[in-house]
Amino acid sequence: DTSLAEVNSFSPSMPISPSSMINQYKFEDEPELRDLFITVDDPESHITAIETFITYRVVTKTSRGEFDSSEYEVRRRYQDFLWLKSKLEEAHPTLIIPPLPEKFIMKGMVERFSDEFIETRRKALHKFLNRIADHPTLTFNEDFKIFLTAQAWELSSHKKQGPGLLSRMGQTVRAVASSVRGGVKNRPEIFTEMNNYMETFSQKINVVDKIAHRIYKEEREYFNEMKEYGPIHTLWSASEEDIADSLKGVASCIDKCCKATEKRMAGLSENLLPILHEYVLYSEILMGVLKRRDQIQGELDSKVDALANKKTEKDLLSEEIGKLEDKVECANNALKADWDRWKQNMQCDMRSTFTNVAENNLHYYEE
Amino acid sequence: MEDCLAKKMEITVSEAEKRTGRNAVNMQETYTAYLIETRAVESHSEGQCAPVDSLWRRYSEFELLRNYLSVTYPHIVVPPLPEKRADFVWHKLSADNMDPDFVERRRIGLENFLLRVASHPVLCQDKIFFSFLTQEGGWKEMVNETGFQLKADSRLKALNATFRVKNPDKRFTELKHYSDELQSVISHLLRVRARVADRLYGVYKVHGNYGRVFSEWSAIEKEMGDGLQSAGHHMDVYAASIDDILEEEEHYADQLKEYLFYAEALRAVCRKHELMQYDLEMAAQDLTSKKQQCEELATGTVRTFSLKGMTSKFFGQETPEQREAKIKVLEEQIQEGEEQLKSKNLEGRDFVKSAWADIERFKEQKNHDLKEALISYAVMQISMCKKGIQVWTNAKECFSKM
Repeated sequence: DTSLAEVNSFSPSMPISPSSMINQYKFEDEPELRDLFITVDDPESHITAIETFITYRVVTKTSRGEFDSSEYEVRRRYQDFLWLKSKLEEAHPTLIIPPLPEKFIMKGMVERFSDEFIETRRKALHKFLNRIADHPTLTFNEDFKIFLTAQAWELSSHKKQGPGLLSRMGQTVRAVASSVRGGVKNRPEIFTEMNNYMETFSQKINVVDKIAHRIYKEEREYFNEMKEYGPIHTLWSASEEDIADSLKGVASCIDKCCKATEKRMAGLSENLLPILHEYVLYSEILMGVLKRRDQIQGELDSKVDALANKKTEKDLLSEEIGKLEDKVECANNALKADWDRWKQNMQCDMRSTFTNVAENNLHYYEE
Repeated sequence: MEDCLAKKMEITVSEAEKRTGRNAVNMQETYTAYLIETRAVESHSEGQCAPVDSLWRRYSEFELLRNYLSVTYPHIVVPPLPEKRADFVWHKLSADNMDPDFVERRRIGLENFLLRVASHPVLCQDKIFFSFLTQEGGWKEMVNETGFQLKADSRLKALNATFRVKNPDKRFTELKHYSDELQSVISHLLRVRARVADRLYGVYKVHGNYGRVFSEWSAIEKEMGDGLQSAGHHMDVYAASIDDILEEEEHYADQLKEYLFYAEALRAVCRKHELMQYDLEMAAQDLTSKKQQCEELATGTVRTFSLKGMTSKFFGQETPEQREAKIKVLEEQIQEGEEQLKSKNLEGRDFVKSAWADIERFKEQKNHDLKEALISYAVMQISMCKKGIQVWTNAKECFSKM
């Protein structure tokens, strides 16, 4: 498999050449060829003197050679997932890293450790890891491998290496500064299109998400009223003789409708709502990715400007510019390829999820 | 089936119109008038239809008619009128009496009322009812001339009788319980149904929001665009379909409401029986006490304590002449009383017999009507589901093409 041979480095900061990177990113997602299977389950509560937190069991099964064993079982907490995500973002600033479930839920009275909250989070974390596993580049990331395989103490010591908090903060400051400086002048057309698309998409997906939640809420209220409706008919049948059977029949039908409504609601909450939420988060992520790309280009542009102004240190600047140009080109290509892939996935997800909703509704009415 | 008016005559309440006029205290008011059309049914139709007679009546005249019928035929379960004010509304329905939907449903209810009266074997023969349908002017005066208001039992009297009657016919007591239960369960059902309708409305209408956002979203998509847009269209169709569905359900609610009000008519018959029975019991008690008095005066023994007895002890006995006179008066009263009691007894038994016959007739009607109403409700639900299946099948196709 020649495309795999190109990828001989797990450290993303030293690509071989831009062209080979393109090959790498065009690696197709083929579920039949998947060789990494991950599950997230079994949430457990841990109470220490300082805090209470939840860990999840992460089980990995793989046939890949670079893994020492074919099965791994580790426990991870939310913090660990956050760490992984930030490492991936660091390593691949213009790749689309999947969203993590939020730290807290703002709306509603969802307790931090309520069963519903934990379950929703668990499912989202499971999705997160699997999306990374399916991504042609991210799946080979070293930090990802360590996340899946290292024991708790190994992970903590590994975490302590690498750029510290301060330098990461510096990066963020620079990123903010460059974005404050305004839009990038030499932004290629395609990225402006992407930006416009994302703005509209973000709006629309948020609205769709709100509508879906509203529908769920209305269905729940409908269900609550229906629960009372059936028994009244049974009560009535007690005073009647001739029509008692008809009334009891109506009562049982109404109860069946109730059950069907419950199924319909479950379909929404298990299928549609999580996916819509994921894409709401995705839209934020994509806006961030586009900004980072702009920022990288911004670095290049400012160095080019500096070159034009400073006559001395030409060689040094030229070399830096050369590197930055490479960087920009890589970043752009990475984003382009990943964008296409993301859009295809999105389409696929939307298609299947809405089709599923339609099917659920069909079953509901048939019942 | 006996020959009743409904078979000889087509009756419809075909129109409703807003009117303004001056009321009894000379204040301006708006009210709705309903057009009653009648046409004789030819038993040998030769393709020639009889001419249509019509006149306008307002709700208060219907009320007057019903009051007259209730008082004049107390042993009959008189059909109820549709509600005076909109009740059991859910948020989309207006509680306004002038609202066109309410007026329309009332029109249908009034027509139903007239048809029920016209098909009742006893009520349809009433002259006042006939002139209500056919005589435009002077009907009100005609009704008042019958003096029916005088015959009406006072509410207080009826209440008193209900509490104090000792031996009412068991069947009537049971019937009263039944009508209480019926009223309570139907009003509960209608309340919950209104809430369910409200929620269902919400579910359908929110889906309509999908229509607009899908359309806007499809504008930025290339491959997904068409599927998304047409799916959005189906969401709009889905959201719009609820209006018709719920309107049909209102008719079902109205059918139940009729029997909710019928419960009151049943209670009225029971009350009349209690009143008559109480009257009878009082008369019998009065007679017994008079007979006793008579006996005491005749034999000179005081069996029961009485103020008279005490005073006569202290102030001396009456003269024999006085006593004779009293006995004579009492004997006359006793005779009157016995005749009255006999006729009251007869009255009472007649009432029970004819009332119970009408009640049986009513029971059959009720069972038949309610069964039909429940069936039509089920049919409505099935049709709603079929529509749902259609919409979502279409939507599914659109989604799968995204």
